[in-house]
Amino acid sequence: MMLALIAAHFAAAALAPALVSWLRRRALLLLAVVPAAGFVWAAAMTGEVRHGDAVEQRIRWVETLGLELSFRLTTLTWVMTLLVTGVGALVLAYCAAYFRRDDAGLPRFAGLLTAFAGAMLGLVIADDLLVLYVFWELTTVLSYLLIGHNPERKANRRAAMQALMVTTFGGLAMLVGVIVIGQAAGTYRISEVLANPPGGDAVTVAVVLVLIGAVSKSALIPFHFWLPGAMAAPTPVSAYLHAAAMVKAGVYLVALFAPAFAGLLPWRPLLLTLGVLTMLLGGLRALRQTDLKLLLAYGTVSQLGFLVVLVGAGTRAAAMGGVAMLVAHALFKAALFLVVGLVDRATGTRDLRELSGLGRRLPVLMVTSVLAAASMAAIPPLAGFVAKETAYAAAVDIAETGDGTGVGTMAGWALVAGLAVGSALTAAYSIRFVWGAFAVKPGVPPIAASECRFPTAGFSAAPVVLAAAGLALGFLGPAETELLEPYAALFPEGAHEPELSLWHGVNTALLLSIASVLAGIVLFRWRNRVDRWQGRLVAGGDAEVAYRAIMRGVDRLAVEVTGATQRGSLPSYLAVIFLVVVAVPGGVLVAGQPWTDASGGVGVRAWDNVGQAVVGAIMIASAVLAARSRRRLKAVLLAGGTGYGMAMLFILHGAPDLALTQVLVETVTLVIFVLVLRRLPTYFSDRPLTKSRWWRMGLGIAVGLVMAGLALAAAGARTAEPVSDGFAEPAVSYGGGHNIVNVTLVDIRAWDTMGEISVLVVAATGVASLIFLITSRNGRWRPDDAIASAPTSPDRLPHRNLWLRAGRTVAPEGRSIMFEVVTRLAFHVVIVFSIYLLFVGHNEPGGGFAGGLVAGLALMVRYLAGGRHELNEAAPVDAGLVLGIGLFIATGSGLVPLAFGGDVLQSAVVDFELPLVGHVHFVTSLFFDVGVYLVVVGLMLDVLRSLGGGVDKQAGDDAEPGETIESAEEASTAARREASGGNQ
Amino acid sequence: MSANLVLVVVVGVLFAAGVYLLLERSLTRVLVGVILIGNGVNTLFMVASGPAGRAPIVGQGDVDDMSDPLPQALVLTAIVITLGVTAFLLAMAYRAWQLNGHDDVQDDVEDAAIRRRAERDEVSSSYDDSAGGTMDEEGSDDAAESSEAAAAGVGPEGERR
Repeated sequence: MMLALIAAHFAAAALAPALVSWLRRRALLLLAVVPAAGFVWAAAMTGEVRHGDAVEQRIRWVETLGLELSFRLTTLTWVMTLLVTGVGALVLAYCAAYFRRDDAGLPRFAGLLTAFAGAMLGLVIADDLLVLYVFWELTTVLSYLLIGHNPERKANRRAAMQALMVTTFGGLAMLVGVIVIGQAAGTYRISEVLANPPGGDAVTVAVVLVLIGAVSKSALIPFHFWLPGAMAAPTPVSAYLHAAAMVKAGVYLVALFAPAFAGLLPWRPLLLTLGVLTMLLGGLRALRQTDLKLLLAYGTVSQLGFLVVLVGAGTRAAAMGGVAMLVAHALFKAALFLVVGLVDRATGTRDLRELSGLGRRLPVLMVTSVLAAASMAAIPPLAGFVAKETAYAAAVDIAETGDGTGVGTMAGWALVAGLAVGSALTAAYSIRFVWGAFAVKPGVPPIAASECRFPTAGFSAAPVVLAAAGLALGFLGPAETELLEPYAALFPEGAHEPELSLWHGVNTALLLSIASVLAGIVLFRWRNRVDRWQGRLVAGGDAEVAYRAIMRGVDRLAVEVTGATQRGSLPSYLAVIFLVVVAVPGGVLVAGQPWTDASGGVGVRAWDNVGQAVVGAIMIASAVLAARSRRRLKAVLLAGGTGYGMAMLFILHGAPDLALTQVLVETVTLVIFVLVLRRLPTYFSDRPLTKSRWWRMGLGIAVGLVMAGLALAAAGARTAEPVSDGFAEPAVSYGGGHNIVNVTLVDIRAWDTMGEISVLVVAATGVASLIFLITSRNGRWRPDDAIASAPTSPDRLPHRNLWLRAGRTVAPEGRSIMFEVVTRLAFHVVIVFSIYLLFVGHNEPGGGFAGGLVAGLALMVRYLAGGRHELNEAAPVDAGLVLGIGLFIATGSGLVPLAFGGDVLQSAVVDFELPLVGHVHFVTSLFFDVGVYLVVVGLMLDVLRSLGGGVDKQAGDDAEPGETIESAEEASTAARREASGGNQ
Repeated sequence: MSANLVLVVVVGVLFAAGVYLLLERSLTRVLVGVILIGNGVNTLFMVASGPAGRAPIVGQGDVDDMSDPLPQALVLTAIVITLGVTAFLLAMAYRAWQLNGHDDVQDDVEDAAIRRRAERDEVSSSYDDSAGGTMDEEGSDDAAESSEAAAAGVGPEGERR
């Protein structure tokens, strides 16, 4: 059920944009149903939770990592679930009226907010540390996107980024802590960690790290500055994320771990100090704000500090007060934020210096605000008062007896004083809020009824409901006590058993409550004097200044490091790589001398046969000359020489398949080089003979030596029997072929081949994109109309079935009829031969690669004989289509065995008698090889079209008109179009 | 197992020449270097795969006399991949020539810009240090920004003048 609820949120989030564009703003009401359903479910679970029965759901996920999706509803998580889903539903419904009808960002916003509600729900009910962390970071990211709702303003972007940086920093610290705790406990299940908390120094550090996460999320000092910045978000977002839900995540985390870890040394000093300081700082800042929303934001910072003090104190009474305060705060703060949104929409401003007399215009709203603010200021009979009474009682217990916390008397009274001063400030800014929004101010013209857009009842509903709930809860203290009791019982029994109630009799707590409210009134009454005093005291946003200095420092460091390491020069990068090759593997070779065998000698033989020596000498000469060459063509031809030498070596080695493929590839390479190089300058660009050349030479020789040493070592290092010794027998019996290399390619190691043909498809597409600058293939083949329009002798009619038609597109002086005729006659024979190679490859040298290359060469000859239009005649199909079909056949033939219960790429041997043909021996891996064949043909076609035809065409376009065949052809095409246009 | 000395020397020379060319700026030369190194690697496979023998085709002689088929399958793949890479690099060289009139790999201008910033002790271009402007869920920078810029001497990138 719990997982289904979370999933429902995300599903709704995915649908939200579509819903919003269909139903406009009303879609938000529909979306609100999802969290409302969560609320109803949680409410239905009240009975189970009250009796201490945890509601659990566990789904094993990644067994080997011990990951599981586990969720659990305990008292604390039940409270959080109610808050998150209840406020979430109300806020979503409120949004339906809040946003303008034409808000372009609404579809995105609706999805994000719904997803956030889901993430928040997941966070509070997760019972696995890692699952909790994932949801934690999800809320961070969604919060970033929601704060940046209007990215047009630079200030908004910066605020969103600042919130993201601060909370992610805390999140990362928390991740480390979570992992250490999980490893120390031997489980990541939160309920088990809490039941048997691990100990030790590592865990203490880990808990501090987790607290850093909590403190950053809940905007405590020194991370408090991100929360006011986050007010750039739309007001409903502030109400939900930055008052009721997300910022409570830190408080929730502290409350969750307090029963297990509150006794650790750094826990109380850290949380109590930061909490009280934050409470005071937030309260002071709130008193200075003129923007109602910022006032509430600083008020929230202050209250978060208060909450952390309570849930972090680790006594039964403080825990009870803390959770009660958590609920009360969510109710009143969300209500107040929503009121600000309403005021903003009604009057167009949130500035309390401009608002005057609004109470008369919007009485319902004013009553709502008074109720909520009274709860915030802890005035009876509201929920805030009840919670604060218990909180004071708990603090007084700590001061008087320590209450099992080990906090000294002095520190305890300091804590009480801090809370009291903080509460006085809270009361003062509560009054300031109501006064600022609704009071009539002297010197400010009251808002006229005509200037005020009155909100609809539905728009005002959400804050009214929340404020009313705060009022009702004030009277329900005993029931609340009973419900929260299972959580409080996790802590050891304290000096007094806590009880939430409006009246405990006259005691210290009540006196403190009265005193702080009175002090608040005084602070408000003499606000100008307080303001002046504060102006002298407060230095300014020092934490934010520090944050910015750090960010700037990081940026500067990045620039320096990048500037120092990223030289932007390809040769220098490569040189670094090669230097490492020389230093590390080379160093190992020199140190270890792994080529020496047992007797201390170097195990070499001169050659296997003399032919190797001859061919080797030719290759060495070719390579050296290629490196020295200053002419492009010469370098390429010499490199080709080493390639043909390779083919010879393969033959001498006993590798006919390799030799065949190498010869074909070398030929293809040479031709395409020539095709392109005819356009490039004859000589390489002049490079002065500098020192760098000697450098390069030295580095090259060093790498060559290292590689030669590596070759020696590799040959000597082979001790085990090669795995391929066992290939021969299964190649015949399972693979059904006698050519072991081919069986290896299409069967034994077919996955390799699969990857390889994918690379070929990518390379072919890359070539075509670079030349034709296409970004997409549509796979459709356009017939070549240049042929039909080629110039013909005047006495002959253009004829569609003419032989050697495409030849006419070539200028007469460039034609060789003999070549064309011979090519035409030989073409089909070569194609048949390529198919023969494909079929015979399983038993003889050949196969898909060789066959495809032969077919490609046939196409190439057609192109050389008759130009690019002849190529189109020979292969009237888009290269992308051939590549795609090839890849499809290869993949498909690999997947088909799955249907028969086999493995991917498994092959089967089929023998049957066919009438007339006789015995047929057939291996299914042939289909795979057909796919390889087609991919190679597609590659060749792409290369020929691009580097042959494409370069031709561009050469023609660049040249002077009338000088080349191409332009003549264009002209005739244009003329023909004109003529046909004239006929119409 | 002993190593074939001729092939070892061939490997060394192919690599040396290949690396020398690879460190050049002309893409055509780089490409020739890639081809030479590719051939060098394939030769290295031959050295490591053991002595020469008969073709690895069952039924054409004793199985024990065969050369090792597995490295051959690997090298076959490598040869065809090299063809793909060659075609791609060649297309790139051609495109570079088309755009710049030469096929030399230039130093990255962006990296040079970053280096200049480092020398002048500046922050990166994407760094945003502007504090000004009110945060609001509606409206955009334009109007506020320009008037503010005029008043406070803030440039279009938000930098202080």
